[in-house]
Amino acid sequence: MNSLTMPATQSSATGSSATRSPALPARARRAAFGQVVLNEARLTWRRPIGLIGGVAIPLLLLVIFGLLPAFKQVPAAFGGESIFDAYVPVLAAFGLAMLGMLGLPLPLVSYRELGVLRRLSTTPVPPTWVLAAQAVVQLCIAVASVVAIFAVSMAAFGAPAPKSPAGLVLSVAVSTAGLFAIGLLIAAVARTSTAANVIGRLTFFPLMFFAGLWLPRALMPGFLLDISNYTPLGAAVQAMQASMQTGFPPAQPLLVLAAYAVVFGYLARRFFRWE
Amino acid sequence: MGVTGTPVIQAVESDAAAGPGQPAVQIEHLRKTYGPLVAVDDVSFSVAEGEIFGILGPNGAGKTTTVECAIGLRQADAGSIRLLGLDPRTDRDRIHEVVGVQLQASAMPARLRVGEILEMYRSFYRDPADVGELVEALGLAGKRGAYYKSLSGGQRQRLSVALALIGRPKIAVLDEMTTGLDPAARRDAWELIAGIRDRGVTILLVTHFMEEAERLCDRVALIDGGRVVALDTPAGLAARASGGKTVRFLPSAPFDDRLLTGLPEVTRIDRPGRHVLVTGTGELVNAVILTLAAAGVTARDVQLDSSNLEDAFVRLTGTHLTPTSEGASS
Repeated sequence: MNSLTMPATQSSATGSSATRSPALPARARRAAFGQVVLNEARLTWRRPIGLIGGVAIPLLLLVIFGLLPAFKQVPAAFGGESIFDAYVPVLAAFGLAMLGMLGLPLPLVSYRELGVLRRLSTTPVPPTWVLAAQAVVQLCIAVASVVAIFAVSMAAFGAPAPKSPAGLVLSVAVSTAGLFAIGLLIAAVARTSTAANVIGRLTFFPLMFFAGLWLPRALMPGFLLDISNYTPLGAAVQAMQASMQTGFPPAQPLLVLAAYAVVFGYLARRFFRWE
Repeated sequence: MGVTGTPVIQAVESDAAAGPGQPAVQIEHLRKTYGPLVAVDDVSFSVAEGEIFGILGPNGAGKTTTVECAIGLRQADAGSIRLLGLDPRTDRDRIHEVVGVQLQASAMPARLRVGEILEMYRSFYRDPADVGELVEALGLAGKRGAYYKSLSGGQRQRLSVALALIGRPKIAVLDEMTTGLDPAARRDAWELIAGIRDRGVTILLVTHFMEEAERLCDRVALIDGGRVVALDTPAGLAARASGGKTVRFLPSAPFDDRLLTGLPEVTRIDRPGRHVLVTGTGELVNAVILTLAAAGVTARDVQLDSSNLEDAFVRLTGTHLTPTSEGASS
């Protein structure tokens, strides 16, 4: 009887998997991943919620703000920036948050609901590929969105070039990492697409408040600013704004964002269910 | 018991091509529990290469859990599983290359086209089938450009089967593939499965439809309460459960019962109304009709009832398969 209940580890001692060639040759594997990315991109294009929320809306707001004469004022509290200039990083954060908290988790949760992830676990390709492909697609849109917002603000509305372009790139990178990690945790804990949608939106609006969408950070009372500095979007705006206005951003917002990326990324990994 | 070590070594060297005589699927004393719930208690069977093997049982019998363990989606608590000599616990990747799976209740993103889904799955395999041939064989040729959401239930099911076959598997696992289909689509699906077997693919077919198992399967394992309660050919199972055959007819003229009760094949005669009901075994129909004809009586409106798999199931498990329950099983 004991030969039939032999533990799994015993038979792997023969090293069978190590001696065999991998499921697909490396080039075919890359091509296969390319196919997954291609289909994720098609789906994103055909149901462009992420493109609208993550690119179109922030760009539209940017153009509206740029055309409003009131936004050309330079209030004393803004440290030499116009109101419009102060909104540029807020809108960049808007796009990143939309992509991270709605664009990324919604398809993943719906794939789990549909059984797509489970179906993939029966092929030579692991279901993690869909997650990675989705992240690649959203990352491309995020880069396009941020580049478009900064380019349009400078080219069309006379915003100054960033003092520290490298600092800006780093700020955008850690912001994206932090926000995508939050999105992955949403994808991990939401059981249905409806739940993911609700959680995403309920997270998005308070976070946008602390980013300064309704009340610019420069006008926030001290205690609100303290809270804002520790929220992902507050830290993102703080880091981007510093790169624009003064130079390389201080360590604090970068570390806050990195902490979000690590902690939420870990939790997402811990709680993600494939079926 | 002394040979239990051998298959492991074979598996390493066979590169998934089952040696002659090696079963395509071999499951021994499989057990799987979810907390206090025993989903699979003790299931053993083996499937020969090229066979269509049915796993039949009511909802919740443990059918799906059994195949999920077999394809490595779940870890069995105890027992041994070999697919073409490979162990799903240690050779999952190799198994996924040679076993095509059609899962119960799994859908695709609504806005992908049939061709796009097929091309993507095709890229996952080393030596895949041709998409054109496959859609042709599955009657989806005109649908390559159609969005998944526009497909009918039958078309989705056929796409699902196409995805199970696109890697040119040696074994196809089809879980409740005709559930939710209308009778015409179901008959098409049966033809399809027979066609797949003719290409040399071994088929593990999970179903709770009697007729399906009866029509398609070379052998059937009846599973109930996580155990195999019977394993035989559909006809063998039916015969095992049968209390004999029954011939029912309208005689052209009156005759004495003793004319037939004297025959060795006949066990009893009933006369419900104007009809005669003869119960017996062996070549019952021939014996009855020839004897009557010799006595100048013609049997009209002859009906033969032989017991079927359904009877066998009821007899062996004490429960009916509920034809209306289309929900998830196991």
